[in-house]
Parts: sequence; structure tokens; C-alpha cells
Amino acid sequence: MNRLEHLFSTKENILNIYTTAGFPKLNDTIETIKELAASGVDMVEIGMPFSDPLADGPTIQHSSEVAIENGITLNIIFDQIKEIRKTVDIPIMLMGYINQLMKYGVEDFLAKAAAVGVDGFILPDLPLDIYQEEYKALFEKHNLKMSFLITPQTTDDRIKLIAKESTAFLYVVSSFAITGSKSDLQQGQLDYFKKIEAMKLNTPKLIGFGISNADTFNTACNYANGAIIGSAFIKTLTTATTELKTTIHNFIEPLK
Amino acid sequence: MNYTVNEKGFYGDFGGAYIPEMLHHNVNELKEQYLKIIESKEFQKEYKSLLKDYVGRPTPLYLAKNLSKKYNSTIYLKREDLNHTGAHKINNTVGQILLAQKMGKNRIIAETGAGQHGVATATVCALMGLECIVYMGEIDIQRQAPNVARMKMLGAEVRPATSGSKTLKDATNEAIRDWIANPVDTYYLIGSVVGPHPYPDMVARFQSIISEEMKIQLEEKTGKNYPDKIIACVGGGSNAAGAFYHYLDNPKVELIAVEADGLGVATGESAATTQLGSEGIIHGSKTLLMQNSEGQITEPYSISAGLDYPGVGPLHAHLFKSGRGTFIGVTDAEALNAAYELTKIEGIIPALESAHALAALDKLALSPNDCVVVNLSGRGDKDMETYIDRMPTN
Repeated sequence: MNRLEHLFSTKENILNIYTTAGFPKLNDTIETIKELAASGVDMVEIGMPFSDPLADGPTIQHSSEVAIENGITLNIIFDQIKEIRKTVDIPIMLMGYINQLMKYGVEDFLAKAAAVGVDGFILPDLPLDIYQEEYKALFEKHNLKMSFLITPQTTDDRIKLIAKESTAFLYVVSSFAITGSKSDLQQGQLDYFKKIEAMKLNTPKLIGFGISNADTFNTACNYANGAIIGSAFIKTLTTATTELKTTIHNFIEPLK
Repeated sequence: MNYTVNEKGFYGDFGGAYIPEMLHHNVNELKEQYLKIIESKEFQKEYKSLLKDYVGRPTPLYLAKNLSKKYNSTIYLKREDLNHTGAHKINNTVGQILLAQKMGKNRIIAETGAGQHGVATATVCALMGLECIVYMGEIDIQRQAPNVARMKMLGAEVRPATSGSKTLKDATNEAIRDWIANPVDTYYLIGSVVGPHPYPDMVARFQSIISEEMKIQLEEKTGKNYPDKIIACVGGGSNAAGAFYHYLDNPKVELIAVEADGLGVATGESAATTQLGSEGIIHGSKTLLMQNSEGQITEPYSISAGLDYPGVGPLHAHLFKSGRGTFIGVTDAEALNAAYELTKIEGIIPALESAHALAALDKLALSPNDCVVVNLSGRGDKDMETYIDRMPTN
């Protein structure tokens, strides 16, 4: 069984933390993921820094610029995950943009990702229809799971279609927004979460975008299997005054 | 070979809509409505009327006698520089602003590099009384101060793009992010034949007025409605798309696309996408783009801000790959020489972008029987500082 399938069939209130590979320093990825796992985080997403991250807000974009400046590459990310996998067994997903995979060679990339212990992918600019036509078979061949996004504008029929193809979890985007733009959840968002909940989809759901602290995390857990924190975590790493391990521990503690 | 977009938005291998789900609703809404609206009689009547009375079309097809003499052939200039606001860009903004109105959108966003598309957008927003926000790279804002002032005078808000390289590609990213965050009331008015389907096709249709007029004007002047060669510069490629449009299926017409070599393709300071690029995704479209081995999009260079884009529209990628288009590179120095030459012998100061198209004349083996149209996409007012700085001392 894939680690993701195991997690979602055995646990609720899943805390998924996003971090950018190669940030704040090139090799911090390893210690960050180890500490997140040790602090009780259920799964992680590792962002593959990209020059033109359309779906990300300024915080994550800045971290990507720093990481690229630090010299991060896709092969270094694979090496880091290989190292992480020696001690960490929580699910690891990679988040990035389709151009990175195309340039690397999609088949080669997926084979390497699977070999080092990646469980699945979030590729926000890979459209569902192109995934189905061109890439789905390759992902399945390597037992790599996918998460696709839905937003408050996604129609019910399309939600069902996207849920069906989301073999990791359904990524419920909380608002009309790029990552990291709001600090609390509004009534309109809660109504939208309720609507999705009432659809009784078979796919596990995680709420992302605008989840920044224990309050918003707990609220999100009322409507989904858990939630994703990205920008708030990156912001904490960016402004940290304590050493990496302590910073991470202090960030995660109130969320458990 | 087919050069029109298929129902999925592809020209051969290129195009499509590689967009985050957050944009699916918006792009889909546009895809489902654009043809219905712009092909309607009512729309065409309004559009053509504005092009005639507001923009000043048809633009002349001018027989450049002195230039023809120099190259010992027949050379016409399609005078897009005489349009209101000084370039072909307004053909597209007039069309898209009417479309935005019909779709009930009241907030307009746009990206701009040199500021020509930003000015053309701010102009039509002033005309229609719509809110206008133009994203522009922080560095471009500094180097294009007159156009920033024009946009502000026209009532637009100019927002600096401070991420990445702080130029056109980053301004485009910021505009797309704005659209993600404001999906209901906002219309994204793209300035070139780039971006997700249906933009490349839509912008090409609005710019196709250039070759529509060319056919009529050539028929009048030469007795046949097509030339032997059409030369146009290509950054994203909207003026070239418009100049080529009605001749795409006519194999008698050689379509010559001129890219900016910058300081030279081997120098690392270049914007020659078809020579230096490879297949990938930029701004929602599968096309040729300049990128490193990691798939990171690299920063191009050209003296001409309008050609300083790391990608090329998917139609042009298809013309390149299929061999239908001839792609030629022109350096900064060659473009500058061509600009001074045209000014001196024809009394026309071209935009630096258009000067690249003119410089290509030097690289073609022209015969006395050849009839050539150069698309003079814009005028040189905005480039005077560069022209003065580099003026030859003779």
C-alpha cells in the first residue's frame, strides 16, 4: 500500500506541511523534513523551486528565488529525499510546475522520484485533460499518486471528475486566491466547505490556502480530513531568530 | 498543413491551456464566449467603426521608393506606426475591451513591457470608462518613464512587479495572479499572441486586420492581392501574427519572422527564442521558450523592450517547427542601423522593434521582381532616448 493510502485510511485531522526545497539554506530540506516528522506532522509537501510559480503568492515565490540562488536542482532534491527516507516514513509529495518535469523528461523524472521514495505529486499547472491523455499511465506505472485542486468556482460535475482523478487527496483551495493571502476563514468559505462535504466524495480532502494557525487548522478539520499549511510555515522560517529545529518544533506544537 | 488553432487550442504541437485550476472557470468562460461574441454582426460593426474613426484605420500601405531603390526590389511598408497610440497594439485592445464589456466585466488588468500595450489598454479603458490596472516590471518602470506617465494620465494604476527579474515575464505572472484572486469582475487583457488558449487565437484575430487591409491595398497597387514576402518582428508575435494571418495558407507568400539576437546569439545576451529555446510551458502555453537545463525560464535581452520576451506565441512555434515560417535574427546594432537608415531616406522614425524587421532586408537575397511588405509595427517616439544616445557621429 502506498504511504498516502495508508495515512488517509487510518487517520483524521491530517496536518500537511509545505516547505520549499533548498530553503532557507540549500541542505536545510533534510533537517526540516526530519524535524517536521519528529514533531508529529502527518505528511509533507516539498516544493520544487521554479522561476515562474504562477499559483504561488509572494512568500513562497520568494523562498523559491532564494533556493534557486542557493543552487537547488531537481537531482539535489532527489538526493535530499533519499537521505530523508533513511529515517522518515511519513508520505512525501512533490509540488512543482509541469515545465520542470518536461525539461527533465517526464518518464525519467517519475522513475527517479518513485525510486527515492516520493509518494505523489501536486502540479498546479498540469491541466486535468492533458494529465489523463498524456501522463496518467506513467504516474500509475510508478504507483505515484496525484492531487488536483478545486476552487469555489469549480462546478459540481467538475469537482466529481477531479475527485476521481485525485488519487492522493482532493486539494480544496479555500478561496479565490493564490497561496498565503488571507489570515482567517470567512463565512462564504465555510459554506463552500459544507457544500463539498455534503457531496460525500470518496476521495479524502485537505483544505489549503489561508490555513495559517491552530484556529484555521481546527476549523478546516471540521470539514475535511485535514489541512495544508504552506506560506505561514515559510514565513516562519524566513523570519526565524532561533535555530531551525527549535523554530519548527515551536511552530508545530500548537497545531497538535 | 493547418495553421489555425484546433478545438483544444493547439497549433500542431503548441498552445493549449496549461493553467492552474483557479483559472479554469475564467479561461473556460472566455473560450466558450469569444467566437460567438466577436463574430456577431453587432460586435464587428462596433469594432470596425472604432478602428476607422478612433484608431485611424486603414493604415496606409506605403511604397517606400528610396528603400526599394536601395534593395533593387519593390518594398511596401504597412504603416501600423500611424495608428492612435503609435503601434499595432491598439487593434487588439479595442477588440478585447469590447469583448470585456459584453462579458459584463468592469475591471481590466494588463501586463506591459515597454509600456506600449499598457498605454493602448489604458487608452481604451479611458474611452470606455473602465477601471484599469497595468502590471509592469519594476525595472521597466524605471526605463520607460514616459509611457508610465502616459498610462497614469489616462487614469490607469501602474503596479510594479517586484518578483523575479522584474520585467515583462514577471509582470505577466503578477497579472495572472491578480486574475486568480479576482475571478468574477476582472478581465485580463493580454497584449500578445501568448498565454493560454483562447488568447493566442483571439489576439491573432484582432490583429488580422493588418493582413486583411494588405490584401485589398496590394490588389489596388499591384494587381494581385499577395506579396512574395512579408517581414515582421517577433517578440510574443502579435504584429507578425496579424501581418501573416490571411496568408498562412498561401504557399506563394514567404513569411519572415525576425527575432532579436540582442548582442548576438552566442553572447548569452539575446532574445532569439527559436534559436536558443526549447519546448516547454510559459504563461499557460506550450511553446518554445528560453530555459536552462532545470526548466527555469531564463531572462532574455534585447535593446528593444517589445522583443525582450523569453517565449514566443504558439502559432509562431508551429510556423517555425513546420518550416512554414522563415526565422531570422537581427542584432541590436543591425536594428539601430536600419532605424537610422529608414529615417534618413524615407523620413520615418520606426520603433526599435520594427527596425529589426527592416534590418532583415539586408539578409535576404532580394530580386528585382520581388514584392516585399515590411510590417512597420510602431513608431520611434518611445525610443528617442536610445536613438539619441547611439546616434552615429557623421
